[in-house]
Amino acid sequence: MIIVAFVSFSLFNFVGDPVNNMVGQEASDERREEIRDKLGINDPIYIQFFNFVGNSVQGNFGISYQLKRPVSVLIAERMPATLELVFVSALLAIISGVILGVYTGINRDTFLSNVILVISLAGVSLPTFIIGIMLIYLFSVILGVLPSFGRGEVTDIGFWSTGFLTMSGLKALILPSVTLSLFQMTYVIRLVRAEMMEILQTDYIKFAKARGIKKKIINYKHALKNGLIPVITITGINIGTLIAFSIITETVFQWPGMGSLFINAVYFVDIPIMSAYMIMVAFIFVMINFIVDITYYFIDPRIRIKEENS
Amino acid sequence: MSFLEIKNLNISYLTRKEKIVASKNVEFSLERGEILGIVGESGSGKSTIANAIINLIDPPGEITDGSIKIDNEEICNNEEIIQKARGKKIGFVFQDPQTSLNPLFKIKDQLIETIQTHLKLNYDQALKRSIQLLNEVGIEDAEKRIEDYPHQFSGGMRQRVVIALAISCEPDLIIADEPTTALDVSIQYQILQLLKDLTKKRNLGVIIITHDMGVIAETTNKVIIMRNGVIVEYGLTKDVLTNPKSNEGKSLIISVPPTNKKISRFKLINPEGGEITNESLNLTNSIIQNWGKRSITKDKLLEIKNLTKIFDSDSIIKLKKEINELKALDNVSFNIFEGESFGLVGESGSGKSTIAKIITNLIKPTSGKVFYEGISLNQKNNNKFRGQIQMIFQDPYSSLNPRFKVKNIIAEPIKFFQKNLDKKTIENNVNDLIDIVGMTRQSLDRYPHEFSGGQRQRISIARALATRPRLLICDEPTSALDVSIQAQILNLLKDLQEQLNLTILFISHDLPVIRQMCDRIAVLKNGNLCEIENTEILFNNPSHQYTKELINLMPKIETIL
Amino acid sequence: MIGKMINKIYDTDIGYSFFNSKIAIISSSIFLIIFLCSFFAEIVAPYDPFDPLNISLMDAFIPPVWSEGGNANFFLGTDQQGRDMFSTMIYGSRISLIVGFSSIIFAMILGVSLGITAGYIGGRYETFVMRLTDVQLTIPSILMALLVDGIARAIISKSMHDEMAIYVLIFAIGISEWPQFARVTRASTLVEKNKEYISASKIIGLSNILIMFKHILPNILRPILVIATIGLALAIITESTLSFLGVGIPPTTPSLGTLIRFGNNFLFSGEWWITFFPAIFLVVLALSINLLGDWMRDALNPKLKKR
Repeated sequence: MIIVAFVSFSLFNFVGDPVNNMVGQEASDERREEIRDKLGINDPIYIQFFNFVGNSVQGNFGISYQLKRPVSVLIAERMPATLELVFVSALLAIISGVILGVYTGINRDTFLSNVILVISLAGVSLPTFIIGIMLIYLFSVILGVLPSFGRGEVTDIGFWSTGFLTMSGLKALILPSVTLSLFQMTYVIRLVRAEMMEILQTDYIKFAKARGIKKKIINYKHALKNGLIPVITITGINIGTLIAFSIITETVFQWPGMGSLFINAVYFVDIPIMSAYMIMVAFIFVMINFIVDITYYFIDPRIRIKEENS
Repeated sequence: MSFLEIKNLNISYLTRKEKIVASKNVEFSLERGEILGIVGESGSGKSTIANAIINLIDPPGEITDGSIKIDNEEICNNEEIIQKARGKKIGFVFQDPQTSLNPLFKIKDQLIETIQTHLKLNYDQALKRSIQLLNEVGIEDAEKRIEDYPHQFSGGMRQRVVIALAISCEPDLIIADEPTTALDVSIQYQILQLLKDLTKKRNLGVIIITHDMGVIAETTNKVIIMRNGVIVEYGLTKDVLTNPKSNEGKSLIISVPPTNKKISRFKLINPEGGEITNESLNLTNSIIQNWGKRSITKDKLLEIKNLTKIFDSDSIIKLKKEINELKALDNVSFNIFEGESFGLVGESGSGKSTIAKIITNLIKPTSGKVFYEGISLNQKNNNKFRGQIQMIFQDPYSSLNPRFKVKNIIAEPIKFFQKNLDKKTIENNVNDLIDIVGMTRQSLDRYPHEFSGGQRQRISIARALATRPRLLICDEPTSALDVSIQAQILNLLKDLQEQLNLTILFISHDLPVIRQMCDRIAVLKNGNLCEIENTEILFNNPSHQYTKELINLMPKIETIL
Repeated sequence: MIGKMINKIYDTDIGYSFFNSKIAIISSSIFLIIFLCSFFAEIVAPYDPFDPLNISLMDAFIPPVWSEGGNANFFLGTDQQGRDMFSTMIYGSRISLIVGFSSIIFAMILGVSLGITAGYIGGRYETFVMRLTDVQLTIPSILMALLVDGIARAIISKSMHDEMAIYVLIFAIGISEWPQFARVTRASTLVEKNKEYISASKIIGLSNILIMFKHILPNILRPILVIATIGLALAIITESTLSFLGVGIPPTTPSLGTLIRFGNNFLFSGEWWITFFPAIFLVVLALSINLLGDWMRDALNPKLKKR
């Protein structure tokens, strides 16, 4: 976290001259100086850094150069859209990924598993934006059944605006979340499959067979529990990746989330938004990692006992 | 009708280049209450037969022909019947207790699951039975330990759990595939005793598969010797071991190092069945001529003084420091004199390999010093002595760089120590070295993977000799090899020592081997030095309690004679 | 002579597995064809899309040959500026491949040297490098590349930016992929380091650098190669994604992603071919590399080979 804060701060500080971007070339020197004071750029660097960290903790990320509105407000507006999208996609990717992965891992050389594998490989090779474009072309342009952009109607529940509660909101969610999850799903499939295949070769599976344990129990109890351990790790990374890839999906579907905000910021070199986005994402990553570690602790007795001993 | 009858069993593995016959016309029978040993070198097909009985041969292997009958019921290749028989009629014990239990399930779950699969018992009955079983295989405090996970048990204890699982549903037949190979001598003894007791008490038929003649001699009633998938000897253990009929049987039994006396050379059997008594080394025109023979000074060559080594475990969370520390060596001191063979013996974790690593400067001691010719070995003067101390390793499969040709492997140290040598001289030296270790010069242009374990160990010896060492450290040089190959390598080492007046530090867990190779022996236990004594005195009249135990418990082929 | 060589290759396990895998043969041939086409773009492409003399706005939006209004001169049709689709695609794939290869080589050099030293030396240095990869691995590559690109945009002035874009992109993608190499290299180094031939080399007295690069490196090339192949596909996809988002290769020398980006604007008005063909081309390219990498991983995995 501290590293990220520092990097975003340096970004904020040493990169380019925001004043130029804000006021344009024609502005007078006095006006520039005025803005500099307002932004606090004239303070010594360490004070600026403390201010920056302090402000970030309070949720104050400064003012967008381009949109001239507080970054925190902008992000708060956009966050629900992105999180809903990521949440649905993560569920889709992990559930279907694990099911298909387990199936292909256990039934190695059947026709269906080969088909799943080829499709999954194609999934890895298909860039997210192409999937999005294709889905739009198919379902919106040709069939015209699903919307191609936006969130549909949203309902405001206090600070959160959700698309889950209206028909059009749910409909609008389908294409983007499928697009977003497909890429990740293929990763989960391949990981689970490889893990299952590895585990089915181990001695303890062989010993279970030699004890006469039924095949179903071996596959779905013994192998599956061991096979799911790496899935926990991948889930953590998965959600992180989904947040990143939501940038693309949001661009393709004009989804009003944090990602499209960020890509615009990159485009117009809007540093406060960029650094705020980075800090938000880093914060989410750290949280996810923490949750993953805790989950490990509960699932794998080897880790649990080791730590109890020490 | 015998309890288990195997007739005309043929198993083969189809690979893309050839069809490998893993077993050919194998026939034997077993009665209840009997222990049958199957012994053979690696690749002889002994494990394949065990897997065939429970129909768990790994593909691409398959049973092509034959019959396996238990109580006159044909089970060969019949998955349906065998599925029910596994665990119920036939219990199986694998080699490595570390990997044969599922790490994520409690012992309790694995036992109850097995019991409920085969017997009509409810959960409480099954639990009660599980505790009983653990008591029976000698696990103390069974009610409590049954709640533990596998990694909380030591290796020997886990093997007991595995045995408990194998006998949990009253099987008639137990197949144990190298059940004690991964265990130390004292634990091996206990496990074998347990198997013997269970055989008698429950009137079981037991098949033990092993490569260890001592185990065969001490536990089995009948024995099968296999070679290349064929049974070469089959009979009462006593008959086979004392009077083997086939050449293969003779060769196998004669190369087993005797535990009760020291012999000067291992006898070898040539393919025609004659004895090769004297394998002479042709060293006439080799570099040994140039090197000349070192004089035996009997001076102190190496002095180990108060060595202590503490390993920090890699645990990320170090709340209490002491728990994570492992004392591998505790204040160990001894001397090695020029020209002698000094043996270090101990079970796993005794710190014997740690000493070798400290001497060769691969790791640093926590405290204590190593003196070579009276000079302390440390990082600075290291290179001065490096060529003089060389080492031969345990695993012939990882001790040679697979990407280097044999000639480059041997030439590398020569080039490193004598930078001004011209190509021709280096080539001559390499040729001489490969001659010395008894391999053909054609092998120089090949890669390590084209050679067998024994041949690789010879290459390894050639590399070690290339720097003209005075002290040769052999760390379990033959424990990965079959006995007949072991005999050859040990003979080679003996010859080399004689010709070159080498000083040898020989490290092994194998007491009979140590007895054959060494003049003096140090016994280590958990990093502590128990005693140092001349070999014959140590074996005939051990003074330390632990030494006595080790010598008593080691499996002896002579027990049967 | 060549027959002998093929026989010799066929005799090795990998060669055998290659010639017996239809997927491996087909995907490697497709990749080779695309590679050669883009390498000899001047010869293969019927037009030079960057030569203003060749381009006429009169030719804009011509559909492919088989559609109504197609023109035999432009087999796959033309784009909004009247450039021949086929030619722009060939030139575009050249840019994509250049960026892909360069960034993966950059990532490989960085990752392998850090990984091998981390694995071999160990201690605090190893912890530091691995923490670095951990942190960076949790940040997805696309985000990393976007960030680097964003910073570069801020540092480099607008006029310079278009010229520098390709280098920035190579750097951005390379930086985002090195942790993969570092991790795999370190893991393999740890395995090799504990093998006895390394101890033997140390006892002989060879220097650490010699041991690392002469003894260890050749033995860990296989997993690195697999990562590099899969990474190449990923790098090409990342490049096209960035270009699609408008922060990658500028439209003056379009890569496949840039082409799709512009074509996307015309999707709803019916000019599907402008985005469709580059997209298919990109997918085929990425798929063939991925299939190759997938096959390689299985063929080089000793555990799978035994089965």
